[in-house]
Amino acid sequence: MAVSDSPPTAPRSLWAVRAALAARSFKQSWSMFRGTRIGIIGLAIILFYLLLAAAHPILMNTVWDEKIYDPVVGYAFDETRQPAPPSWSHPLGTDPLGRDVLSQLMYSARSEFMLGLLAALITVSIGTTVGAVAAYFGGVVDTVLMRLADIMIMLPGISVLIVLSALIGVEHFELALIIGILSGFGGTGVVLKSQALSVVVKPYIEAARAAGGGPVHIIFVHIVPNLLPLSFLYMMFTVTGAIFSEAVLSFLGLLNVRMSWGLMIHTTESAGYLLQVGEYWWLIFPASLSITLLCSSFYLVGRSLDEVVNPRLRRS
Amino acid sequence: MTLDIAKLVPSLDSRILLKVEGLRKYYRATANRFRRNRGLIHAVDGIDFEVAKDESLGLVGESGCGKTTTGKLLVRLIDPTAGRILLNPGQQQPTDIATLKGKPLKAFRRKVQIIFQDPYESMNPRRTIFDTVAEPLKVQKMGGTLEHLDRVSHMLELVGLTPPSTFLFRYPHELSGGQRQRVAIARALIVEPAFVVADEPTSMLDVSIRTGVMRLMEELAARLGIGYLYITHDLAVARYVCDRIAVMYLGKIVEVGETEELLQRPKHPYTQALLSAVPVPDPTFTRPPVRIKGGVSVPVDPPDQCRFYSRCPLADDFCRDNPHPPLEDKGAGQLAACYKA
Repeated sequence: MAVSDSPPTAPRSLWAVRAALAARSFKQSWSMFRGTRIGIIGLAIILFYLLLAAAHPILMNTVWDEKIYDPVVGYAFDETRQPAPPSWSHPLGTDPLGRDVLSQLMYSARSEFMLGLLAALITVSIGTTVGAVAAYFGGVVDTVLMRLADIMIMLPGISVLIVLSALIGVEHFELALIIGILSGFGGTGVVLKSQALSVVVKPYIEAARAAGGGPVHIIFVHIVPNLLPLSFLYMMFTVTGAIFSEAVLSFLGLLNVRMSWGLMIHTTESAGYLLQVGEYWWLIFPASLSITLLCSSFYLVGRSLDEVVNPRLRRS
Repeated sequence: MTLDIAKLVPSLDSRILLKVEGLRKYYRATANRFRRNRGLIHAVDGIDFEVAKDESLGLVGESGCGKTTTGKLLVRLIDPTAGRILLNPGQQQPTDIATLKGKPLKAFRRKVQIIFQDPYESMNPRRTIFDTVAEPLKVQKMGGTLEHLDRVSHMLELVGLTPPSTFLFRYPHELSGGQRQRVAIARALIVEPAFVVADEPTSMLDVSIRTGVMRLMEELAARLGIGYLYITHDLAVARYVCDRIAVMYLGKIVEVGETEELLQRPKHPYTQALLSAVPVPDPTFTRPPVRIKGGVSVPVDPPDQCRFYSRCPLADDFCRDNPHPPLEDKGAGQLAACYKA
């Protein structure tokens, strides 16, 4: 224990104590996480893509000429034939429109992260609140929220997104919002409610009520913190879902974005190179492999977090 | 039929802390869309009792007789179907707890607290001991964080968790059962309540530390002038802690009296049967044959007769044809609800 024997009196020391406690619990979880191996593999892949995303603006400002390497409007004047195979100046070749594939890949990584994390954050904030509120109040509130959840689960996600993008012109932010609402009020909310149901019957909830705590106090001080490990897990799974949906939509050309991995495959397809994978591999593999790797890396991290928060899955 | 003790013993009047009159709680049995009105479970069925300042009243009875429901009604964790709960009835304007709402209810929660049975489940595992004990202060907005720290430290010392600084920022899982129950007591007493409902606070503890916790509660009651309602199924615990004992059966109080008097000379046949079931540490002891028959029934729409009628060895036609007997003085301030005793 990092607590001195004299009772802490200054508020600063109180915060210091809380920080020390948080650090200790983080350390414990981290050592468990490290023991799962698949989590470390996932984390390594995520870090690799984070580095790619961070390196892009640096490269653009230093070594890469904007006219040639811009992911959207650049043109590889140094190549005679487009799409050009990988070379020293274009490590992953160029696409049918003469744009550098590596630059596109790196540029898109950042928006994939933003999309995934934003969708996950929205999903989990909505899902946790819906779950806690439905479980705590029960009755009519519960019925309304759960029937709403049924509707959300019933809606076929991708088809709804296609219709919506046709209607309102979906960009990354809207996409994250739609995914977050569909999943937060839907499946994620239901799962978190089932967890919240096992929390609301604990005597400490009654003790909080006997102390005079209102619904807001009980939901956000007692129920939500006990849901957080599970919400965090679902956050990881939502990232995977969001990146995948984005890829599907931009492959179909339904997403109003400048550049993304799905759009890279879409460009390949519309130029007629999709079925010549053997010959023009650099047009398909970098983007599709990235989608697969990043999706599975978040899934792996999620699985490993599942082991951390769920003692029954832990190997001794 | 309500019996007014205050009339019998006028000197008690100003000392009475809590007065319960005709308290009832009915639950609907299996209510759903397709089967309406399957009857009412009379969990607590019109009980009257009083608790004096720094007195502890024991509420004993078997599982399912309504002890815990009574306790939760008194702290308004559940709302009563009918009846009055008066705090400080001797005062000019006693508060009727039974109908409080909103702000007055929140203010009332400072005066009455509850200690739960299970020290392992009654604390949020993600909150430190300081957070747990300071919670009532925080939700009642009593002072700032620094003041909370002082008061919590002081209270931990009072319940015997010394030095407090080694306990303040620990999590419940780092403490033993006895220590946790002391934390639960600290949480209940931090707002300086006048009345505490203790719902079997020692039943989940090892026998070796029970006395310690019981003695602590007695000591604090004397020191802080707290009245207890001590809910238990263990007559030995009740005898150790309580000044008076009330025996409950199927939602009714069947006998009330001074602890020793009641245990030595039980008047009601149910109390007699309950006492005859107490284990005796003597291998040569042969138990007199149990005179009551059957088991505890469920009080769904009970017939208007003595609740104990079907099991009572003394019951006759008079008991069958008349309503549940009122609590009557059977000598020395001992009340029993029985026509035959």
